Amino acid sequence: MISRTWILAGGLLLIPCLLAARGADAELSSHLKTLRAVGPKGAGHRDAVAASQAASKADPSQLTTILAAMDGANPIATNWLRGVAEAVAQRATVSKALPIRNLESFLADTSHSPRGRRLAYELIAVSDETAESRLIPRLIDDPSLELRRDAVALALANAAAASGKDAQLAAYQKTFRSCRDHDQIKQAADKIKQLGGKVDLPLHYGFVTTWRILGPFDNVNDKGWDAAYPPEEKVDLKAKYPGQKGEIGWIEATTSDEVGNVDLNKVLDKHKGAIAYAYAEFVSDKAQEVDLRLGCINANKIWLNGELLTANHVYHANTSIDQYLARGKLNKGKNTILLKVAQNEQTEEWAQEWRFQLRVCDAIGTAVLSQDLPSAASASLPRTVR
Amino acid sequence: MKRFLTLIAATAALLLFSAADWRQFRGTDLTGVAADSRLPTQFDVKTGENVAWTTPLLGKGVSGPIVVRDRVFVTASSGPVTQNRLHVLAFDAKTGQQVWKRDFWATGRCYHHPTSANAAPTPASDGERIFAFFSSNDLVCLDLDGNLLWYRGLAHDYPKAGNDVGMSSSPVVVGKTVVVQIENQGDSFAAGIDTETGETRWRIDRPHAANWASPGMLRLKDGKELVLLTSGKGLTAHDPLTGEQKWSYDSGCSIIPSVTAANGRIYLPANGLTVLDAGEGSAPSLAWESNKVVPGNSSPVVDGDKVYTLRGSVLVCGNEKDGDVLWQERVKGTFWATPVIAGEHAYCVNQEGQCLVVQLGEKGQVVSTNELGEAVLGTPAVAGDALYIRGEKHLIKIAGANK
Repeated sequence: MISRTWILAGGLLLIPCLLAARGADAELSSHLKTLRAVGPKGAGHRDAVAASQAASKADPSQLTTILAAMDGANPIATNWLRGVAEAVAQRATVSKALPIRNLESFLADTSHSPRGRRLAYELIAVSDETAESRLIPRLIDDPSLELRRDAVALALANAAAASGKDAQLAAYQKTFRSCRDHDQIKQAADKIKQLGGKVDLPLHYGFVTTWRILGPFDNVNDKGWDAAYPPEEKVDLKAKYPGQKGEIGWIEATTSDEVGNVDLNKVLDKHKGAIAYAYAEFVSDKAQEVDLRLGCINANKIWLNGELLTANHVYHANTSIDQYLARGKLNKGKNTILLKVAQNEQTEEWAQEWRFQLRVCDAIGTAVLSQDLPSAASASLPRTVR
Repeated sequence: MKRFLTLIAATAALLLFSAADWRQFRGTDLTGVAADSRLPTQFDVKTGENVAWTTPLLGKGVSGPIVVRDRVFVTASSGPVTQNRLHVLAFDAKTGQQVWKRDFWATGRCYHHPTSANAAPTPASDGERIFAFFSSNDLVCLDLDGNLLWYRGLAHDYPKAGNDVGMSSSPVVVGKTVVVQIENQGDSFAAGIDTETGETRWRIDRPHAANWASPGMLRLKDGKELVLLTSGKGLTAHDPLTGEQKWSYDSGCSIIPSVTAANGRIYLPANGLTVLDAGEGSAPSLAWESNKVVPGNSSPVVDGDKVYTLRGSVLVCGNEKDGDVLWQERVKGTFWATPVIAGEHAYCVNQEGQCLVVQLGEKGQVVSTNELGEAVLGTPAVAGDALYIRGEKHLIKIAGANK
């Protein structure tokens, strides 16, 4: 009898609390929607400024709702949401009200955005010293590059601590397959080689190593940059063309460089004020979106199946692996990749390089390999890599 | 009446500046001078002599610190492959304790020379907000407590904006506009951003060439302010609210040191040093040029009737009136940071991590060489009687006892 009365009273008391919570959720949801609507060039800012300040007052229990708003958000909106989440988390950390369990559930759910999940982990780690050892090792093949990196770092440390050369080699080889960041790839590869193992770096990265090269065409005073020389209209590997200094034809060049560099000064000789084209065919087992990632210290353009994906009119301002990213769609079967690599006439010693490196990979850098690769190693790779 | 009101407004604006603030690259008024500050002339990070505190910093950064009210603000960047994680850090000026930290993901190009960092530009403030700018052309606005007010990804808007050697032009606040200069071989422009909303007030095309110089500010006699932009093509002056070009001066400028304006004059790193008399609403006129008072990587500093430049590893003092060299003093090292002047001393911080204190006067004299123990590329800040130095690994406060 007593219990029924108490239950009824408790229920009545709960109703306003639930209504208030629902109201707070609806309010936050509205602010998050405004923040997600932030676009390029300041679009949506006026509303978002107010929404950001209001959302920053959210209850810590709503943190995962804020993180979930990063799902599918553009990079600018993602940063607005991060700013809100960190402000809320700072209050929660002070009051020891971080919803650790909810954050861990959020982290475990790979359907959420990699950045939202990474932030969830960072918030957990602020107040839980065991977070790294508890949560990170299982994330070695995570779609979040940042989480995967931490897991790889732990695995590399464990490999170094393994007893015996064979155990170390096996551990490094296993870890190597999960490496996506260049420094970790190099670290693991170096260790494998030291221990007597073999690595195929171009294969791991997905570098295209065999090209047909044509050049030089004229680029004195940069006039070749906008000029559409014949390969931009049609690639005919048997054709001859009037080049900058005489008749030219396509030359086959295969690079043995570990990171796929093709040195045009060696393939074509040194030329200044010159244009070179590089052509490769790529066989895909399915239609798929891929990254074409180019490192090139010269001005460059990339076409995939005749479609211009990117043009970078920049000369001699540093270079590195993955310097330029272009997203494109491979057709099932044969695809064509065409590069234009422009050298200018700068005379400084550091301005003599004329080279490129290009790889094909997915959005987190996992190699996508041409199916006609004459490589025994590629045949043994798991499908996700091959 | 209108002129009177303008004068009142200008005076009020000046009063709002806290004397203890150092709100942007080379100080609130971009001159690099804190005339009323008195700093220790000798200090030692190792022994702690005249070192109020040092606090470790995460990541990398070659930006300078700024000081607003009782807080020191610093930017940093980190990342395993590219420095794509951006940090804005706030420290208690009295204790050096970190008050808050905010992280963001860069939305533009993050490549840079190994000696530089994504956190290369010095942040700026209007006294209420922090504008943290990065080589990746991300511009973050936070209040002094770390609450995000707005976020712009200027290279997200203009994807070809960037220089893979790194960019380092610092933002400058002029009235209610934060001005950024993004000059490179790709999308090259300068923009005035509304400090309150983060919206673009104006955007103008700039030469398609690398440029690391920061915008300057010219305050006219009536209190009006103009934005100064320099490049290899010359100097232009712009209305801070509209970006409208008011005048230009054709003289190819150096692309590393920045323009300084003080006492109705413009000190331009061009043809050595070009000094212009600012007109009131009209183009400036040449006062003098010198191929001896020449800025190297550091920007010129003007204090009273003298102009100082770091020419290589020589501090040159010139007569502000005619450019005559008054004295030169050798200060060893490679300098990227602009010297700051506090009271009667110049503080020159070299890349090797030494702060050389030079007594200023009839002659210049190095009175001490103080080891900081780590590389320094960013220009220090002076606030009150304290010097704040952003080293490679630490933020360092130099001050006498109880400061």
